[in-house]
Amino acid sequence: MFAYIVRRAIYAIPILIGINIITFYLFFVVNSPDDMARLHLGMKHVTGEAIQKWKASHGYDKPLLLNGDAGGLGRVTDTIFFEKSVRLFAFDFGFSDDGRDISYDISQRMLPSLAIAIPALLLGLLVNITFALLMAFFRGTYIDTWGVILCVVLMSVSGMFYIIGGQFLLAKLFRLVPISGFAGGIAAIKFVVLPVLIGVVSGIGSGSRLYRTFFLEETGKDYVRTARAKGLAESLVLFRHILRNALIPIVTGVVVILPLLFLGSLLTESFFAIPGLGSYTIDAIRNQDFAIVRVMVFLGSVLYIIGLILVDVAYTVVDPRVRLA
Amino acid sequence: MIKPVILWTDALVFLLVLVVIGFILYARRKPHLATPWKRVFAGRIAAGSSVVLLAFVLTGLLDSLHFRLPLAGNGSEGEVHYAVEVLSVLDMLVGPLRTRVEKTYSAPFATHLYAKETVEREDGSQVRMYPPLQFGGRHLGAGGRHKAEDILRRCLRALAVTLLGMSTVLWLMAVLLARRRGSTVRAMAGCILTGRTGLPWRTVLATLSMLLLLVLLAVDLAGVYHVLGTNKVGQDVLYQSLKSVRTGLLIGTLTTLVMLPFAIFMGIVAGYARGWIDDVVQYVYTTLNSIPHVLLIAAAILMLQVYMANHPELFETTVEREDIRLLFLCIILGITSWTGLCRLLRGESLKLREAEYIQAAACFGVSHIRIIARHILPNVMHVVLITVVLDFSGLVLAEAVLSYVGVGVDPTMNSWGNMINGARLEMAREPVVWWSLLSAFLFMFALVLAANLFSDAVRDAFDPRTLER
Repeated sequence: MFAYIVRRAIYAIPILIGINIITFYLFFVVNSPDDMARLHLGMKHVTGEAIQKWKASHGYDKPLLLNGDAGGLGRVTDTIFFEKSVRLFAFDFGFSDDGRDISYDISQRMLPSLAIAIPALLLGLLVNITFALLMAFFRGTYIDTWGVILCVVLMSVSGMFYIIGGQFLLAKLFRLVPISGFAGGIAAIKFVVLPVLIGVVSGIGSGSRLYRTFFLEETGKDYVRTARAKGLAESLVLFRHILRNALIPIVTGVVVILPLLFLGSLLTESFFAIPGLGSYTIDAIRNQDFAIVRVMVFLGSVLYIIGLILVDVAYTVVDPRVRLA
Repeated sequence: MIKPVILWTDALVFLLVLVVIGFILYARRKPHLATPWKRVFAGRIAAGSSVVLLAFVLTGLLDSLHFRLPLAGNGSEGEVHYAVEVLSVLDMLVGPLRTRVEKTYSAPFATHLYAKETVEREDGSQVRMYPPLQFGGRHLGAGGRHKAEDILRRCLRALAVTLLGMSTVLWLMAVLLARRRGSTVRAMAGCILTGRTGLPWRTVLATLSMLLLLVLLAVDLAGVYHVLGTNKVGQDVLYQSLKSVRTGLLIGTLTTLVMLPFAIFMGIVAGYARGWIDDVVQYVYTTLNSIPHVLLIAAAILMLQVYMANHPELFETTVEREDIRLLFLCIILGITSWTGLCRLLRGESLKLREAEYIQAAACFGVSHIRIIARHILPNVMHVVLITVVLDFSGLVLAEAVLSYVGVGVDPTMNSWGNMINGARLEMAREPVVWWSLLSAFLFMFALVLAANLFSDAVRDAFDPRTLER
């Protein structure tokens, strides 16, 4: 098992290198640092001097890949590629385009993101599994049919409507919770309730429909028929046999997104003005802060790969038939 | 003379339409292709939703025929100047909706503006009042009395015309079906009304009449009112929503069209060839998949923005700029979404290459290219079709999110995402400006729901796993 994880981690290195090359190409080759400087300084009336100054202050004034002027190792290290891309591997994120320390910002913003994401995930799982079980129990009846139709209807509503509608109803009309904002400590609860609730509701449609198919997939199997044949009550079959086996795809599906929870949800956080990593990313995109976007791309990919490794480990835990070699 | 304008996306749309028509003509004669499609349309839900989808597609297609009108003033011989504004056939059809622009917000069916303004009277005194609209409800005269009666009268009129129109359609349907089946028109009409037909014509008829009613209502009421209100700059929201149909459809279809050849080729070759080719393809899609999609799209669009800002001379009109950005968005969305299909196809062709008929073909000395084209490709097409149809609604929804983040379609372009984005601030106003959000919601919901229901039917009809059950 340990050897397997190490091997997977080593496999991840070429993937991360590939990601770095893609982002480097997107950010520095498609448009030269000059273009970026011009964008930040305003399009017209920019002197060459101002561009040089902006580039120098943000460390974009070096050659892209090879530095002919420097000697020895400096030929490779004293370049934009090394300074901006290779350093990401050491989790040295550097400074954003407006001069803030990115690592510090990220460490500060992780907690609010998790405060929303973890309750939303757990509660969502509970609700979705309950609904899916209900539909699976009453399969083939009107409850099932209308349940599925309701799921499709809920799925067809854009997530943004849930957020705007929820904010309008609960926060503005009924004044139950604040519309947006965040506070540290225990006071965070009243700010967290609405985003979590909306996160759960907006996921019900797709989630419970997916889980229902997992359950129905299991009901067709031989061991279920055996359980029924020996006279078990349908509810016992459902809870003791089907639920346990259907949990395998559910758990692995959740594990893969666990690391990505750190990044938070882009939409929810920006609508509710929660100072998490999701709103950090959106602000960076809106302000065209390429340094932050680059770091978030890298971080997101690392977390995704960690998620993939975790899934394999989770398979061995929840399903004893699977062994990693 | 008008000057036709063919935008990049228009060209691709018409290519897509040609492909679809070609496929329909081809599939009609092949029972193994026609049977599952018959099964799709035999379902009532699928038949009804396909009518709704067709209505959307028709709107989108009409909006894809672009041209520029000549300017009125150019008199000199041989030289004709054209207006910078690019119009479409849809713009011409909805005529007054486009041109009747108010000053600012006004609620649906309103006769007065949403906000109070200081108006100078004839005798020179100034009053704070809601100024009357320039166009909405003008036919009612000053004061806007009898509005409810007027609306009701127009509704009833539309209802009457709908009933008339529907009877005509029913009769036509009965005549056509009766001729094919060899029964009398009367008996056939009875069959349709009681739902005793092979394909659910009754559902089609019902959906059609609903659509017809909506269209008639819109035509009758929108001529004199702003049915869905006006937006910040006084544009009719109904017009905005109709123009957004094309954007939504394009994102949903062109994205898959752009990525399809690539995904099919890579997936099949990886599964068929195995070895190092498989490794390379797997590496490519794992890498692309690892990058959070929104961020990759954001990065690419940011770069496009920089590029466009530095090369303004490449785009003659704003519509062309919007168009290039839309196309680029489709390509980027395609790059992020082809990986799923590619992985599925790789697995499928890994399985197929061991199948007996393919082993047999290989023994006969059939070349690899021929095996792929004649034997593997047709047998994975159902996977492709299911993926394409299932992806559609997700892409339409994704457009809204991306536009909100600021990396979607051009901010000046009509799209539901931009409407929702604007509605965010409108909801914070007092009194609330809710109609933009509602219209975007209604249109988007109708399209996505119809697409979801239709795609479920397609999946059930084509997926061999559900057929076995």
